[in-house]
Amino acid sequence: MADHAAVADGDIDLDRRKFLTKATAATGAVGAVFAVVPFIESWAPSERARAQGAPVELDLAKIDPGQMATTVWRKQPIYVVRRTPDMVARIEGHNADLKDPQSTQSDQPAYARNDQRSRTSEFLVLVGTCTHLGCLPKQRFAAGELYASWPGGFFCPCHGSRFDLAGRVFNGSPASINLRVPPYSYPNPRTLLIGADEKGAA
Amino acid sequence: MAAQPAGTAPAKSGLWAWINKRLPVSEFIEEQLTGYYAPKNFNIWYFFGSLALLVLVLQLVTGIFLTMFYKVGEATSFDSVEYIMREVRFGWLIRYLHSSGASAFFIVVYLHMFRALLYGSYKKPRELLWLFGMLVYLALMAEAFMGYVLPWGNMSFWGAQVIVNLFGTIPGIGPGLVEWIRGDYGIADATLNRFFALHVVALPLGLLLLVALHLVALRRTGSNNPDGIEIKEKLGADGKPLDGIPFHPYYTVKDVVGVGVFFVLFAIVVFFVPTFGGLFLEGPNFEPANPLSTPEHIAPVWYFTPFYAILRAVPNQRMGALLMLLAVVSFLFLPWLDRSPVKSMRYRGPLSRIALTLFAIAFVALGYLGLQPAEGLYVILARIFAVIYFAYFWLMPWYSKIDSVKPVPERVVYHAH
Repeated sequence: MADHAAVADGDIDLDRRKFLTKATAATGAVGAVFAVVPFIESWAPSERARAQGAPVELDLAKIDPGQMATTVWRKQPIYVVRRTPDMVARIEGHNADLKDPQSTQSDQPAYARNDQRSRTSEFLVLVGTCTHLGCLPKQRFAAGELYASWPGGFFCPCHGSRFDLAGRVFNGSPASINLRVPPYSYPNPRTLLIGADEKGAA
Repeated sequence: MAAQPAGTAPAKSGLWAWINKRLPVSEFIEEQLTGYYAPKNFNIWYFFGSLALLVLVLQLVTGIFLTMFYKVGEATSFDSVEYIMREVRFGWLIRYLHSSGASAFFIVVYLHMFRALLYGSYKKPRELLWLFGMLVYLALMAEAFMGYVLPWGNMSFWGAQVIVNLFGTIPGIGPGLVEWIRGDYGIADATLNRFFALHVVALPLGLLLLVALHLVALRRTGSNNPDGIEIKEKLGADGKPLDGIPFHPYYTVKDVVGVGVFFVLFAIVVFFVPTFGGLFLEGPNFEPANPLSTPEHIAPVWYFTPFYAILRAVPNQRMGALLMLLAVVSFLFLPWLDRSPVKSMRYRGPLSRIALTLFAIAFVALGYLGLQPAEGLYVILARIFAVIYFAYFWLMPWYSKIDSVKPVPERVVYHAH
């Protein structure tokens, strides 16, 4: 008690006290931020989800010319279209009607940033969810199927987005970018590997 | 103890006194109910605050019982809801009370909000009261959306897909944020599980806290009234507002009448039209979630359709999402957008009255258009009504300032019945 009494009010170093208070608060705040990290991180895809998101193979010999196969990779439908030469020809000639004909704004690997949006003109590989709000565009491959000048492609039933046979979006659609192309490669000529390319697994 | 007002004086002995020495029960009743003065000229618009509280309790009680039978999970959610509907005794009633309660919540909250627009209840000094109310509304939207996902029907799945993908339109962080919200590479079990946690624990706690703050802020400023006059400015000799009456018993009794009418209407819906023709429970949600099959038309439940119509009215997706967000948050700015010197529409001029009427029409029309397919005339109409919607808010600093006003009376207009 005597020690306390020895400290007169005027002797208290208020600056030191303020500094210590602020330093303690700041240290606590930094600790609180670090403590939040595990909780935020827990929402990221789990190890199991990651493992189930591994690349998937597709046997290309099972797709007839002009037909589309749908497979699932990472819970997303993947459209694989085996385009006939006629369908490839119908990709051209309507660049003026497209929002992003050169795919500069769109999401695809570098090897799919071309007019056909694919590695080879025969096979088109797309993520089958509309880039507007994630619905599934339906195949409307026949020319003139939607209207007289329709060159064939995809039509989204939810909000009316239209895409050509390379998955490029037409003007007047609510979607603003082309259908996404997943990373893919051909381990051998009749097998498609979705989710992995030269850069490794996505 | 001598100065206690008559009728509320705590007994000096006995159990009641014993409790009150340890817990301020009688002070609380005095401060919050019998000694809380509300304007005496409330009309029918003043039922909806207490009704919102009633529906909140209804949702909490029915929700707790639903969690006793519901099994969250991709493989179990849909089946457990069918189990509740068919095999749990009175399970159908508990679920229909909860699903109809969600729509009832938005009906009373929208009417409660319209009352605030009508009588300028958001204006100074009630800005924080209004902001807390709007936060309640935002939390309610999140709560309703996540609740809609839980039955894991096909509309649950695709509704979640559309709404979560809206976050993908944020430049830069969008795609990563969407993956983080879903916890997987698509809407999946992980997404369903966390929405369940948020719907039954986190958001209800947040809602209760916000409702408490809303009520505390109301106790500080007191209620507005149809005349938009501050009753605290005219006090009687006893220091009580001349135009005020104690909340209890006068308004508790009045609110009981509102509760009675509400329950009659609510029971008609629950027992005879629980799906309300697809408005309260949508047809495609009676099919299990199917990631490979989109419903013909994806439409949210009716209470979100005004904003959904705005989203779809814009050809550019990022702009659409941004305008939809703006449509919701515009309400937050109302206290500062309104430059009128008077609060109530009773004393405002034609410009304000026309603006509010057009806004109400636009809100209902957008709600209708959000349920229709996004094509042709519907899109054009949605654009026109969206312009009216935004004009109400963002032209308000102009029209509310130049509008004529009538003189506001000194005391509230009141005729004894």
